[in-house]
Amino acid sequence: MKNKKNLWGLCVMPLYFFTLLFILGPMIYMVTVSFAKNNGGAYGFTWNFTLNNYTKIGDPIYLQCFIQSFKLAFATTILVVLIGYPFGYFMAKLSPKGKKIMMFLIMVPFWTSSLIRLYGWIIILQVKGVLNTALKTIGLIDKPLKILYSYPAVLIGMIYALLPFMILAVYSSVEKMDWSLVEASRDLGASPAAAFVTVTLKLTLPGLLTGVILTFVPSMGLFFIADILGGNKIVLVGSLIQDQLTRGSNWPFAAALAVILTILTSLMIYLYRRITHVKDLEGIF
Amino acid sequence: MMEQKKPVVLELKNITKNFGDTKVLRGIDLTVHEGEFVTLLGSSGCGKTTTLRIIAGLEYPNDGEVLLEGKPVKDLAPEKRNVNTVFQNYALFPHMNVYNNIAYGLKLKKVSKSETKERVTKMLSLVQLEGFEKRMPSEMSGGQRQRVAIARALINNPKVLLLDEPLGALDLQLRRQMQYELKKLQKKLGITFIYITHDQEEAINMSDVIVVMRDGKFEQAGSPTEIYDHPKTSYVASFVGSANILRGTVTSIKENTAILSGSCGTMACKTEQYEIKEGSSYTLAVRSENISVWREAKAEQYITGTITEKSFVGGMLRIVVTLEDRSEVVITRQGINFFYDIGEKVCLEWAAQDAVFVDMEGKQDEK
Repeated sequence: MKNKKNLWGLCVMPLYFFTLLFILGPMIYMVTVSFAKNNGGAYGFTWNFTLNNYTKIGDPIYLQCFIQSFKLAFATTILVVLIGYPFGYFMAKLSPKGKKIMMFLIMVPFWTSSLIRLYGWIIILQVKGVLNTALKTIGLIDKPLKILYSYPAVLIGMIYALLPFMILAVYSSVEKMDWSLVEASRDLGASPAAAFVTVTLKLTLPGLLTGVILTFVPSMGLFFIADILGGNKIVLVGSLIQDQLTRGSNWPFAAALAVILTILTSLMIYLYRRITHVKDLEGIF
Repeated sequence: MMEQKKPVVLELKNITKNFGDTKVLRGIDLTVHEGEFVTLLGSSGCGKTTTLRIIAGLEYPNDGEVLLEGKPVKDLAPEKRNVNTVFQNYALFPHMNVYNNIAYGLKLKKVSKSETKERVTKMLSLVQLEGFEKRMPSEMSGGQRQRVAIARALINNPKVLLLDEPLGALDLQLRRQMQYELKKLQKKLGITFIYITHDQEEAINMSDVIVVMRDGKFEQAGSPTEIYDHPKTSYVASFVGSANILRGTVTSIKENTAILSGSCGTMACKTEQYEIKEGSSYTLAVRSENISVWREAKAEQYITGTITEKSFVGGMLRIVVTLEDRSEVVITRQGINFFYDIGEKVCLEWAAQDAVFVDMEGKQDEK
């Protein structure tokens, strides 16, 4: 039996090589580059060890960037939880046919490039856009709202992009709920609210926490949403890295920023898991 | 129903329940006295679980009223009724250990920590699970989980404990043991139990009152003895203790004994409380253990048939005799010795007091 297992193990070896080569490899390269010396020219750097790239991040301009990114990621995650949990919960309680329709509606946007969908939001949010026209027609506002190219627009875009992951994560764990447990809790004296908090929420927490990670981690890096819907007002770490790679032509600094971002995000997840004590996160980790 | 001195604790009045177009309960009346062990007995789909859920408040009846200690509770949420349930799959909270599962109801009531601990410890010793406080439900056997479920329900001191086939998932030996323990527990605590099962043995072993259910109606309610010895319908007679159902026309009545003639011979039956008319046809039930088998008839009334099957089941010899009209009569005997062989023609007899008339309801009304 043992030998047979090993044989099957060999079959997946190519996958390990692939992972090493294309995931771990670039990471090592990135870390290495982050300690290299930038020499100005187009994408040029020399292999001279330096910590300058890291000390540069301490500059208030760049620190501000990190703070803004974290703030946005937190705000996005909280709002996605508040919208996504009830959505996923009630979706799991629909009839089988209702579930299918909902699932379809959630998947449809993924058939279009996310970039194109963001331009859709510009059409909706701009001064003479769909939203303002609609609100004006029903008489809720006199002057058009200036949502586009502001913080709320970025937040809307982030929520829009990440909400499906939360919904699906919550849905899958609510779907697995044994509702007789809720009946048991009511039977033992729990009000509907108490039954929800002590049983339903506790048992669907893995799904919710998975959704939080699936929302928080990408929201740290989704720079193009801030670029497109936020104009140039909101500069996130993601945008900064992209900027340093292209226009700024400073690869070592971009690499250092990326390393710090990765470390901070990992730290967040680590702390998060320490606080929540959830071992089994619906499929991930 | 038996005469009871104890006060009524639960009453169901003309309960009906429909799921869509399906009529699950068609008008149910039940009176349960304090400290009684009442069993709802019936095959699956007869509406017994729905009845229990209506009492617990997990289902709302279309019509009728539920009275708990004289107060209508139909509109009360389950958490507001002094009734607790042991669910069929136990429904233990998988994210809580045994202690927290049992303490759940007390925590909701904000009972102090020290009192909670004391009562949980008492409950654990009552169900013989001392030392299991820290175990998770997933680390326990079916029998142990079921004890936790009972403890979790009983700790709230319910007026009525509802049990939905609590022994269904256990193996036979454990089931017998738990039957005994449950009954002992119920007597000790004096709490009213309403117990659901499809197992007639379980019902007879444990109950003070058995209610036989069929198609959303109560077929008969009474003590195990009444149900067993005086079944009112052929369904009750065959469901509880699998009696033989025979039909015949009354030819004469002498000293409370009716003589019937059927297609395979003549039969005797005590008339008891019924008014039996000569010339009418009736249905009667005879228990398999009360039928004697002879090569030559000994009594005046007997039916004839051929032995077609002999098998040894559960410490009893089970003999099937096929009558001329192709219907089958089952006879049981203690032990393994039986002097007749398959294919032999035999005469079947029973004493008049061992047979009862069933399905009399419509017939009595005719008079």
